[in-house]
Amino acid sequence: MQDNVKDSGITPSQTVGPFFKYGLTPNGEYAWNDAFTNSTLTPDVSGDRIRIEGRVFDGDGVVVPDVMLEIWQADAQGRFADPQDKRALPNASFRGFARCGTDKDGNYSFDTIKPGVVPDPDGKPQAPHIVLAVFGRGMLRHLYTRIYFSDEAGNADDPVLALVPADRRATLTAVREADRAVYRLDLRLQGDHETVFFDM
Amino acid sequence: MTFIYPTESNKAHPLPLSPDYKSSIKRAPNKPLIPMRHTLSELTGPVYGHETVREGDNDLTTQHSGEPIGERIIVHGHVRDEDGRGVPNSLVEIWQANSCGRYVHVRDQHPAPLDPNFTGAGRTVSDAAGYYRFVTIKPGAYPWGNHHNAWRPAHIHLSVFGHSFVTRLVTQMYFPNDPLFPFDPIFNSVPDEKARARMVSSFDLENTQPEWALCYRFDIVLRGKNATPMENH
Repeated sequence: MQDNVKDSGITPSQTVGPFFKYGLTPNGEYAWNDAFTNSTLTPDVSGDRIRIEGRVFDGDGVVVPDVMLEIWQADAQGRFADPQDKRALPNASFRGFARCGTDKDGNYSFDTIKPGVVPDPDGKPQAPHIVLAVFGRGMLRHLYTRIYFSDEAGNADDPVLALVPADRRATLTAVREADRAVYRLDLRLQGDHETVFFDM
Repeated sequence: MTFIYPTESNKAHPLPLSPDYKSSIKRAPNKPLIPMRHTLSELTGPVYGHETVREGDNDLTTQHSGEPIGERIIVHGHVRDEDGRGVPNSLVEIWQANSCGRYVHVRDQHPAPLDPNFTGAGRTVSDAAGYYRFVTIKPGAYPWGNHHNAWRPAHIHLSVFGHSFVTRLVTQMYFPNDPLFPFDPIFNSVPDEKARARMVSSFDLENTQPEWALCYRFDIVLRGKNATPMENH
């Protein structure tokens, strides 16, 4: 490859491969992996503390032990820890980002808070949601999806859920357990109950 | 339907289902992705992890008590958007095999030596102009089970955060003139030749340090935010 065939587009994505754990996810070989954990919780965070749990499956229904998930979300007031979001952050140390690798049984979990309402581009409210990116061996580009919550009435009017065929919305909805603040959502990369992934 | 970051740019990416890369067959979505407008959730992104980057985390050759085995190299470049603007304060994380083509990972059973002085992960934050720099060891090619006599071209994995969650990128940097390119289904999962070429670093003699290390330049190009956000209708 010579420089003269290069041009101005973006750098293409490539798979994270199977061997990212010591470089990226918590509990790897490096002390700095404490930079990223599966928790967004900070001492001063306000809001309802929740846990999200689930498993990841491939097209054969087999658990996937080598994917990495990243979440990005607003705080309980619907505000992002990003300089582009000019609204004041009441929870100064809340970052809204967490990273988790699946274990040998395909399990993942996040400890976080229930996010607040974020406006859509027209200013209409979106139901509380978390943006989720899925990276893995066999995945040449990461996939984007969203986590919604089963106990939110606003789901019925959410402009993004409205884009999704009704019979597939359950793949985006984490179901609250009866007696504790745990929501369950399995991800299916393929198949009849394939998780909805977004093109953006 | 409008987008703030052009979706046209995504054509540079690999096809999710690339059957020659066998692991993609059961892991690529079968159903079409659902197009959606970017909202604040997608247009914002984490500025996170930076505060724990220590001096020396970008030098993979000095993380242990002795010198790693292999060819010391410098890898540097700019994180830019597709309009050429540098992306400052971007966390760049890398991970790679050692000079023998072996990863520090329990599931890598390639019968090549592990190097006690090289574990193959580093990170840094781009400066105000988007510039980043690593010192590392040139990784070796290694065999994998995808097909008969399958060997990955030497590569370094990179993970980059841009200005938003939709500019998130994980890619692989390759080395110029690798004879394995024509045979590698991961490299060739990118259909466009010019886009594939953007994953190949350039040998950089000007910044090669005499008596010490060869240098490779690798510019990472993220999607560019439209200068004037479009009204949404």
